[in-house]
Amino acid sequence: MPDLFALDWLALAVFVPLVGAVATVLAPRRAPALGLASVAATAACVWLLALRVVAEGPVVVQLGGWGAPLGLDLRADGLGIVMLAMTALVGLFVSLGALDTFGAHRPGAENERMRRYFWPLWLLLLAGLNGAYVSTDVFNLYVMIEVIALAAIGLTVLSGKLEAMRAGFEYMVASMLGALAFLMGVGFVYLEAGRLDFAGVAQHAGEPAMIAAFALMLVGLALKTALFPLHFWLPRAHANATAPASALLSGLVLKGSLYILLRFWIEIFQPSDLIGLIVGLMGTGAIVWGSVQALRAQRLKLLVAWSTVAQIGLMCVAFALADTIGAQAAWQGAVLLVVAHAVAKAAMFLAAGRIAEEVGHDRIAELDRTPVRPTLAQFAFALAAISLIGLPPSAGFAGKWLLMEGALRAGAVPFVVVAMVGTLFSVAYLSRPLIGFLRFDRAPAPVGEHQGWAIADAPPLVLAFAAVASGLVAAQILALTAIGAPFGAMP
Amino acid sequence: MTEVTLLPLAILLTSLGIAPILFALPERSARLRTTINLVGASLKVCLVAWLSWKVSQGTIYGVGFEVLPGLELKLQADPLAVLFIALSSVLWLITTVYSVGYLEKGPHRARFFGFFSLCVAATVGIAMAGNLFTFLVFYELLTMATYPLVIHKGTKEALRAGRIYLIYTLAGGLVLLVGTLWLWVFAGSTDFVAGGMLGEIAAASPVQASILFLVLICGVGVKAALVPFHAWLPIAMVAPAPVSALLHAVAVVKAGAFGIMRIVYEIFGIDTAVALGVTTPLAVAAAITILYGSLRAMTQDDIKKRLAYSTVSQVSYITLGVALASPIAAVGALAHLIHQGLMKITMFMCAGNLAEGLGVKSVSAMNGVGRRMPGTMLAFSLAALAMIGLPPLAGFVSKWYLATGSLDAGQGWVIALLLGSSLLNAAYFLPMLHRAWFVDEAAESAARPAKAPIGWMLAAPPLVTAALVLIAGGLANAPFSPLEWTRFVVEIEYRE
Repeated sequence: MPDLFALDWLALAVFVPLVGAVATVLAPRRAPALGLASVAATAACVWLLALRVVAEGPVVVQLGGWGAPLGLDLRADGLGIVMLAMTALVGLFVSLGALDTFGAHRPGAENERMRRYFWPLWLLLLAGLNGAYVSTDVFNLYVMIEVIALAAIGLTVLSGKLEAMRAGFEYMVASMLGALAFLMGVGFVYLEAGRLDFAGVAQHAGEPAMIAAFALMLVGLALKTALFPLHFWLPRAHANATAPASALLSGLVLKGSLYILLRFWIEIFQPSDLIGLIVGLMGTGAIVWGSVQALRAQRLKLLVAWSTVAQIGLMCVAFALADTIGAQAAWQGAVLLVVAHAVAKAAMFLAAGRIAEEVGHDRIAELDRTPVRPTLAQFAFALAAISLIGLPPSAGFAGKWLLMEGALRAGAVPFVVVAMVGTLFSVAYLSRPLIGFLRFDRAPAPVGEHQGWAIADAPPLVLAFAAVASGLVAAQILALTAIGAPFGAMP
Repeated sequence: MTEVTLLPLAILLTSLGIAPILFALPERSARLRTTINLVGASLKVCLVAWLSWKVSQGTIYGVGFEVLPGLELKLQADPLAVLFIALSSVLWLITTVYSVGYLEKGPHRARFFGFFSLCVAATVGIAMAGNLFTFLVFYELLTMATYPLVIHKGTKEALRAGRIYLIYTLAGGLVLLVGTLWLWVFAGSTDFVAGGMLGEIAAASPVQASILFLVLICGVGVKAALVPFHAWLPIAMVAPAPVSALLHAVAVVKAGAFGIMRIVYEIFGIDTAVALGVTTPLAVAAAITILYGSLRAMTQDDIKKRLAYSTVSQVSYITLGVALASPIAAVGALAHLIHQGLMKITMFMCAGNLAEGLGVKSVSAMNGVGRRMPGTMLAFSLAALAMIGLPPLAGFVSKWYLATGSLDAGQGWVIALLLGSSLLNAAYFLPMLHRAWFVDEAAESAARPAKAPIGWMLAAPPLVTAALVLIAGGLANAPFSPLEWTRFVVEIEYRE
């Protein structure tokens, strides 16, 4: 397909959703169809871009033809492609789920309003995420962060309920503080380096002002990623949003800022061991605190939200290994964990939404008491849990394996223990709802068979299957990631 | 010679592939479900027979693909694998018949049979794992697939048992994960190689190798119910009878014992293990487990619990045979893998029949059951006598080889252990037989109206397995008997 390669799929992957967002605003009645078409078209662009990157190596586009540092460069390497593909896949299936959640078959002005706002916000988010994954410029990333935050806050308060509004306000405060810190960091960088493109900034790595700049950006990104102890806004925001919004927020939005942190780490700043250790310890704290709170949560969605805090912590353990001989394996593990979590957590939130919809509530203690058993949604939840716990053959297992391998190679046994403890914790809190799904001794009415199935169960189920099965193609995902050697040359 | 073919994959798929269909079938399509189950199980037995023939001719099948950099998910059908697959596929077929009879009109059959075939798939995967990584993958799958079966009754007691089961097996799985990872970092490979692959590396750093051995054995020791990791097994006996029969006398505990074999023979290699001095502690752990299990079995009144403690004890014969590091004892160990499976599954199915047909669940209620259910009790008695080690039954053959092997290894104390253990076996099995055949039924239970007679689907399977116990012992020297096959395997493991 040499002709197809000629088109600029990279720029289109950012601009298609942007155009889609505008279109859905202009034609609100057709929003679902237009929205889905835009997401699908974006996914197709990403697919074609991926083919090109696999064939030719990293792709660079000079917007306006100026080239860095004057103009704006967009660049897609293996890591970027993996993030883009993950966003496209998860986004596509969440969109399908949203077709049902905000479908026209549900009456009411409330739903009408949510349908009208969901698609533009989600497409704006998609444009922001894709833009972040191909940026090669620090200021451009700041813009993308703001776009993502704007859309994400909108999605949080989409339902218009009081609790969601409160959670959205907290999220907004956290997000603005984070953006402020990041912007100050950008200012420092510009003062010191005089340019903002990655390559230019990287020349000044290690200078004291740069360390200060990075520290500011790190705080900002940690706030956005909800890395313990800056996670305070996350559980309420994710637990109170509507199911497709939660899936996007937990599965994709956090990964945007985490990706930026990762990219800065490996490509520009190469921070000291101490900073790595601090981030690793924050991750450890996240695992413990997130898990403890998940164990205490009374509602299913809150449990899933706290589990996100813990899982993000596990990914951040990789930063502590950045300067060791285990770095390669640890980074690979972190990438797999990011992908696995995006897919599995989106599936889990969609499934939790379906369960709450069928049963009428999501109080964990009473989830088994109903004669209605949303079997497929529960099954999807269980599959997603397998990946989040990290049981084989899921992608979560592959990621955890590599992360632990990195820690072991580096001789960082405490972090091996941290990963193990995290696993045990995740079993403990995820088994709370899962055991409820399996038991039937307390059912007041005879348990019917196969009740509560709907076509809306398909998206979470497909995503959950993907989360479990993608562990089998982990080697291929990693081979794709390695294009352009983002983590240095393979050993 | 290694031949790449899809036969191992096909054997795996006969059970893995039907699981989704079984899950999706509506509860009421019982006949279709039974058909699919039986077709899958029979097909597997046929494929395994074909595989055994080819493997006995010297072909080794292997198929694998890379899932992580340098790490393959690898299925490999070598003679040792065939031994375990043959056991599990034959017993799966028999137990499927039994479960269909047992669960007739029970709730959640779709779920039950779905997870049931997943379990068998996991067991087959464990048997055919070509490296420790693959072994680990299926080992965890086995945990996940058995849990819903343990709590199948859904009662509070079952849920509690399930929780304990999960804690033990997942913790064991996590330890095995760390061990496997360590092995991978330490040796750069997790492949099972006949004769072991750690020789030189272990010689270079013996301390690390010894600790690694300990970690790996602890990981698989949980499923093998080695003391002190055995507590889950008696508690998990709340599961329905066919689950206890197939999984807790055959699949799960045997997966652990099989793992010990693979680790000792094909990761470390028996010579390396002896050189490291880790086999003697393992033998001692096995000996303690044998005695402890038997002693606890004596005090149990619940039939299934008594059988469970007996399993704890009997499975460690396998570990003991491996740890004695003598080829003759190894023959005994491998043969016992098969023999114990046949004997124990017979007894569990009989226990299920007693509960179903007469409502008898405890030893003290067994008075006179021999007269009311002669077929079942005949099978039970045969298996019990074989367990005690009465010649020429199957249990005698394995004990004989273990005893001879212990002399060969210069570990005379094992003979005393085996004698003591046999006495204990007799002490807890003979009273059951005595009550069943020679004590008259108590008046009040004789007056109790008899339950509906159990169907042939419950009555026949234990008789078949009891016949196999007889054959495996009586015709131990015939070609393709378990004993002959184990000699074939041991020749390979000790050839290096």
